[in-house]
Amino acid sequence: MTADIATRRSPLDGWTSRFTELAPAVRLAERPFLAQLTLRLTDTSRAAAVSRVLGVELPETPCTFSSGTGPHGPVEVAWLGPDEYLVLAQPGLQRTLESALREAIGDTHGAVVDVSAQRTTLTLSGPRARDLLAHGCAIDLHPSASPIGTCVQTLLAQAGIILLVRDADAGEFVVLVRASFATYLAAWLVDAGMEYREYREQPV
Amino acid sequence: MQLIPCPWCGPREEVEFHYGGQAHVAYPAESAALSDEEWAKFVFFRDNPRGPFAERWSHAAGCRRWFNAVRDTRSYELLAVYRPDQERPVTT
Repeated sequence: MTADIATRRSPLDGWTSRFTELAPAVRLAERPFLAQLTLRLTDTSRAAAVSRVLGVELPETPCTFSSGTGPHGPVEVAWLGPDEYLVLAQPGLQRTLESALREAIGDTHGAVVDVSAQRTTLTLSGPRARDLLAHGCAIDLHPSASPIGTCVQTLLAQAGIILLVRDADAGEFVVLVRASFATYLAAWLVDAGMEYREYREQPV
Repeated sequence: MQLIPCPWCGPREEVEFHYGGQAHVAYPAESAALSDEEWAKFVFFRDNPRGPFAERWSHAAGCRRWFNAVRDTRSYELLAVYRPDQERPVTT
């Protein structure tokens, strides 16, 4: 099921040197191979059991995510729809989490699907990260409009993404993009960030 | 760009949405008894009013949920959005 770790390549393998050119204005990096599971839960009576497995409450408000550390280490649960969530966990945990979540759901109406290979993860931070995203994303990412814990599914440079706001004030974001769109989006981000390469942090 | 208020995600750009045609078109109760003409009417014929029109929309690039909207076809103004399980709200 899980590919051989020694031979598998992430969608953005080999992009690190181009990403580091954007520092220090934007620190861009791929976090490959995260365990990702789609959780469908129509029967909310099982939400508590699912929360216990993850160690994190399921986000109730649309367009938010919750994070924390549970029995399976650091976990993030993003709201994708009224009965749909995306669980993000450390690489290699997909099988364990899949069976644990299935057990929590029991025979009620719901589903758990391993979608780890569907998307790859990009982390953006730095003083110009928000400006860079604004080049191609219509969502207002100012802390007053998108506080910590915001999770939006939208388009970034016409590519479908899931955007998580980790730290609104410091400008720390996570972008989940489909594997087949990853190189396109990486090229776009590097190109859009070109103007910030001259950026130097102001002396205090 | 026009903003469409998704019932779940809030106002988003129009490009994130997909149009789904007229809303509240009920599937025929006794489909086996329908004549070809009645079938054609159900499958192909839709209202085309000048003014408020209840339509189906899908937030394709967002939460991927279907919802209904009442849109004024003269001004493109969205008068109301509501979830599929809700009744069509009264709009003026």
